[in-house]
Amino acid sequence: MNSTVTSGVSAIDLSEEFDQPSGPLAKIQNILHSYPYLSPLIVLLAAMAVFTVLNSRFILPANLSLMTQQTVIVGTLAIAQTLVILTAGIDLSIGAIMVVAQMMMANFAASASASNVQFALGWPWWLAVAAGVLMAVVAGAINGFLITRLKLPPFIVTLGTLGIFTALSLILFKARTIQGPELPDGMKVMGKAAKLGSFNLMLGVGVMLFLYGLFSYILRNTAWGTHVYAVGDDPEAAELSGINVDRVLFSVYCVAGLIIGIAGWITIGRVGSASPNVAPNINLESITAVVIGGTSLFGGRGTMIGTLLGALIVVVFDFGLSLAGIDQGPRLLTIGLLVIAAVSLDQWIRKAKG
Amino acid sequence: MTDSNTKSATAIDVEPIIKGRNLVKTFGHVVGLNHADLDLFPGEVLAVIGDNGAGKSTLIKCFSGAHTPDSGTVEVEGHSVHFRSTNDARSAGIETVFQTLAVSPALDIATNLFLGRELRKPGPLGQIFRMMDKKQMRAQAAQQLSDLGISTMQDITQAVETLSGGQRQAVAVARAAAFGSKVIILDEPTAALGVRESARVLQLIHDLRERGMPVILISHNMPQVFEIADRIHVQRLGRRVAVITPQSHNANDAVAIMTGAMQVPEDEQTPGPVR
Ligand SMILES: Nc1ncnc2c1ncn2[C@@H]1O[C@H](COP(=O)(O)OP(=O)(O)OP(=O)(O)O)[C@@H](O)[C@H]1O
Ligand SMILES: [Mg+2]
Repeated sequence: MNSTVTSGVSAIDLSEEFDQPSGPLAKIQNILHSYPYLSPLIVLLAAMAVFTVLNSRFILPANLSLMTQQTVIVGTLAIAQTLVILTAGIDLSIGAIMVVAQMMMANFAASASASNVQFALGWPWWLAVAAGVLMAVVAGAINGFLITRLKLPPFIVTLGTLGIFTALSLILFKARTIQGPELPDGMKVMGKAAKLGSFNLMLGVGVMLFLYGLFSYILRNTAWGTHVYAVGDDPEAAELSGINVDRVLFSVYCVAGLIIGIAGWITIGRVGSASPNVAPNINLESITAVVIGGTSLFGGRGTMIGTLLGALIVVVFDFGLSLAGIDQGPRLLTIGLLVIAAVSLDQWIRKAKG
Repeated sequence: MTDSNTKSATAIDVEPIIKGRNLVKTFGHVVGLNHADLDLFPGEVLAVIGDNGAGKSTLIKCFSGAHTPDSGTVEVEGHSVHFRSTNDARSAGIETVFQTLAVSPALDIATNLFLGRELRKPGPLGQIFRMMDKKQMRAQAAQQLSDLGISTMQDITQAVETLSGGQRQAVAVARAAAFGSKVIILDEPTAALGVRESARVLQLIHDLRERGMPVILISHNMPQVFEIADRIHVQRLGRRVAVITPQSHNANDAVAIMTGAMQVPEDEQTPGPVR
């Protein structure tokens, strides 16, 4: 599905202008090919400069810290989405898994006197968080199982589990928001912030950045990371090279589950309560961040740092445009155009040779 | 030695290093292998020839671990084996250059050479942090390529997709040559190569034979086959129809056997080792 859409786009936008494989354009193509996060970095810096010119309050530390906080949920989930997309997959169930995980955490930890709670188990917060994260890992494992054992396309599997996990939240936890005061402090700790002048560094943001660093390292420096790229690049070649493709895929969906679980915990801290409607568009937003970050939907190409930049770009555009007094309609339009531009650029970069 | 080979050209019975019997492999309704046999003896270069679709690649994939035969037996040094992945075959010392090359385009040359068996850094960096030893892998990869005389590739960190078809083939051959300890299987390794590069790969096969390394070479290039092979396995319609030598038959005979225009009586074949 994606391939038809994207190839159509590139044919219209780029082929005539850019197809000549020589000269400075080819050089740019090759540089972007070697450093896929370069284009999102340029876009981010340029956007920040423009928005600062439009409204100098944009660059105030308080606003910058607000933007990091607005990035934290989609940013953390996008780590999981990047892993999946690197294997040429897609995960549409990310948001649903996160909701199940955080509802489980909140329900299990809420005290028996709390209202609105299905399971007021009164567990210590860390045990409830662990249970929620485990739930997310199991959910990821279910995705991985269906994709590797039943050989179903990830798009279909996760479309199905999106419905299943959403239903699970409704059936088990009755889709009731659990308010902050009914939750133990430890569960909300991710929302705590350290003041650095007027910049508030939220703990959840720190955890997100740590995860980006960790998975950047893993992708670049471990055999597993190499295998993730190889599997997304050409699964048959990977299999013939002695890589157990199914095992890599399964592990990717499990690790994605782990990250989604942590994102659930961060979300409770950021929002201050546990609500099933916390981020209704988060699946597509996470894909948007990954794609704008230069990761190829065809798999095998992309970086964690690119995704972080992609997530920041979305927030910066949204924040900057609204600060400049622009309505939601044009804001959405801009993000949509960014996605198409990013995918077109990817198509073009993929043609680079030598 | 259980099956004493009466037709062997030599007086001594030599155990094949790899041996397949009655191998059957079907893909739905398509028959890839129809009770195929194969013998590779120590130190020899066995060419496998046959028309397109004769089952050459399917046959060698049973020894590379890429295919599990539906029925039939695969033996390595007299022991029955059941390869479930190419890693199983690799651990048994069997390396393959697949017809499709099996290289990962987006990854660089060094990473491709070590794909699936990456080197880890010594000490805690490797053990705890699982860090790959990229420096070591690059050094060894560069060494391997220059040993093969492939100097056109300057940069070992170049992505394979930036290489020409022939250079990619060279990477795949280098990988097999670097790791093969018992048997090296080459499925049309010179198909995309220029004259000079083809000659290099032929030289490599010569060198491997000098080292006593048994080689299976699938090729459509008759002059090449007749120049280098000790024995020639002719595959037709999913089975072995004859084993000949460059001495017993000429290239025209080989083509006739391949196409079914000529049959070779058992006593004119060479099922046993010749060197
Ligand atoms: N993965 C597969 N799925 C379905 N059919 C296959 C598969 N692999 C091989 N075949 C079929 O098995 C038969 C033998 O194919 P094989 O690739 O072994 O031929 P080959 O002798 O290597 O031919 P070539 O000289 O063209 O490489 C063919 O009819 C082919 O279509
Ligand atoms: Mg073949």
